[in-house]
Amino acid sequence: MFPELNNLLNVSPDKPEQGKFTLLCDAKTDGGFLVHHFLSFYLKANCKVCFVALLQSFSHYNIVGQKLGVNLIAARDRGQLVFFEGLKSTVEVLFGSKEQPNTLKFIRESSSDLKSLYEFVQKALTPSGDGSATSWKFPVLLVDDLSVLLSLGVEAVAVLDFIQYCRATVCCQLKGNVVALVHDSDQTEDEENAMLMNALGHQSSLILRAEGLVTGFCKDVHGQLKILRRGLLQPKSEQTRSLIYQYKIQDKSVTFFARGLSPAVL
Amino acid sequence: MAALTTGFGRARQGGAGDPREYKAETAAGGDKLGGGGGGGDRGCSFLRKVSVPGSGGGGGGGARLRSIAGTRPSVQNGQLLVSAGLPALDQLLGGGLAVGTLLLIEEDKYNIYSSLIFKYFLAEGIVCGHTLLVASAKEDPGDILQELPEPLHDDNYKKVLDEGRSHKSQEEPEISMKIAWRYQNLPQMEAGPGTSSRFGHYYDVSKRMSQEVIQSAKWHKFFLPEEITSYANVESCALNHGYTKLLHFIQRVISEQGFDGSNPQKKQKNILRIGIQSLGSPLWGDDICCADTPEHMHSLTRFLYVLRGLLRMSLSACIITVPSHLIQNKAVTSRIRNLSDTVVGLESFIGSEKEANSLYKDYHGLIHIHQIPRLNSLICDVSDTKDLAFKLQRKVFTIERLHLPPDLSDTVSRSSKRDLVESAKQLSPGCGMMAGGKEHLDF
Repeated sequence: MFPELNNLLNVSPDKPEQGKFTLLCDAKTDGGFLVHHFLSFYLKANCKVCFVALLQSFSHYNIVGQKLGVNLIAARDRGQLVFFEGLKSTVEVLFGSKEQPNTLKFIRESSSDLKSLYEFVQKALTPSGDGSATSWKFPVLLVDDLSVLLSLGVEAVAVLDFIQYCRATVCCQLKGNVVALVHDSDQTEDEENAMLMNALGHQSSLILRAEGLVTGFCKDVHGQLKILRRGLLQPKSEQTRSLIYQYKIQDKSVTFFARGLSPAVL
Repeated sequence: MAALTTGFGRARQGGAGDPREYKAETAAGGDKLGGGGGGGDRGCSFLRKVSVPGSGGGGGGGARLRSIAGTRPSVQNGQLLVSAGLPALDQLLGGGLAVGTLLLIEEDKYNIYSSLIFKYFLAEGIVCGHTLLVASAKEDPGDILQELPEPLHDDNYKKVLDEGRSHKSQEEPEISMKIAWRYQNLPQMEAGPGTSSRFGHYYDVSKRMSQEVIQSAKWHKFFLPEEITSYANVESCALNHGYTKLLHFIQRVISEQGFDGSNPQKKQKNILRIGIQSLGSPLWGDDICCADTPEHMHSLTRFLYVLRGLLRMSLSACIITVPSHLIQNKAVTSRIRNLSDTVVGLESFIGSEKEANSLYKDYHGLIHIHQIPRLNSLICDVSDTKDLAFKLQRKVFTIERLHLPPDLSDTVSRSSKRDLVESAKQLSPGCGMMAGGKEHLDF
């Protein structure tokens, strides 16, 4: 987790917010650092995390997590982290034996249904009946990323249904959080992606949007981050406040600063 | 004394096997090590050199980490890299192509230069002793291998380079710059043969690789017309028939030859270089290049996803060329780019209006590095130069930084200046992965 981002968002691992849906999007740049931030943040906050990683392998997140101070292998062993590796499961589904339970069977069939993935998430995050497990604070679902599902042939409506089911279970029923990453494609004509992003944007309480700089590539400023808070129930204060910061990604952390005040310029 | 453990040897047990845990030895003082091999499948960024050989950890049958020919660790994060065949391209990609990743080449209009880069990749594999897997729907892979360029020895390279530069006197190192003295210390674009003679090799495009070298190489071929005997309409895996066959073929080669660590007795590990030519073209049975709203829009993206899964779990590197200029639907192009790790686009000047432009008179085309992966770290090694052009001389293929020429005309007319400004706008506003500029901003 990046301490500066925690300050900007006004949260800390000791008192994280509950029952929220956070949308991460990136446009023309790579927003993966936000996923690493939230993964390490919720692990440090002692929450039970179900991470659906569709695009990268486990060791990628593990190695970055070590730089950020969390050990994913230890978290997985003690049951705090349930890691779903999309790439590995796909290979097993297509080339393995047919009897294996396949959460990704939509790859094999044309019918695009994410019900099996939802059942996996539900089983992972619903606390089991026995009291032997240590109590975690609240469950968190992290998805990286949803645009890949569109590439795999799942319809945007099916993805929205999946997120709706997950929000109902995780946010409302279990009082947990859901964080999802979607790639923004404003320049290309990807209508399905645009629809997905707009719909999820309306459902979310916090949107973090990583964009490239308008002026192009810069070595010292890697992009800008827009933080958009949507107040769902409070019409008076905290309506839709948006803050913009610029950032630079380093090996072990990300530094944020106000626009135009990069340390390289000052 | 630290025991050396490999993430790779433990691949089968832990189930989290990933070749990117398989880091080559570096002398840099590293972090802690999974002591005694009992550290499960913890991968470390740096592994200390072992002083006593054979003292492997308990896991993985004590397989010792031996460096594979033709690979080297990345200086940034210890990632295992292979050369793409062109040292200039390696430099732009951050040192080389990472093992387990996919290099996507967006073809130029007539597939001249992209097939050349494809051949460089395969030739590099033969020279390093890697196993090749060549798949094509258009020409027989055996014919592709016959056309590979011949490798050059170090002393020949300088002669070849000097021939190419003889009409331009560029060797003036002793004359110091008087006006632009700030640029005196800028490094040259290409690395000389002395710096990376083990890792990247140089090739002579005007000659063919000798038959003995080709015969000695180990390679597997997939030629689509031979594999598909019946044109059944039934699609299994909701994928194109040709793609399904290719995926099964690749998976069979990987598991039978042990590239995914399933054969721990094999001491000498090797890299599998996969080359797939013109993926997505109608010859593969796909219609994304033919129609504006294709019927099988998801075939190629599904194929790329499964291929990514196969690559991540094996010691392999893959190059594919896609005729993206034929794909009408831009959404598909961006989805293909998101599913690949490294994306390089080639734009040749043949037949376009840029051929007459004075800006580009020395070059044959532009090369765009659209995307570089961030693997195992938050940052990646992006090169600063975004404006790159290539030219194919008689013997070598060079990539150079593109400069705007000075405006030396006496009367600066509006039209000529507008031409230059137009071409300056063509110079890419930035690597798409890092940042993108809006078009109306004009500097």
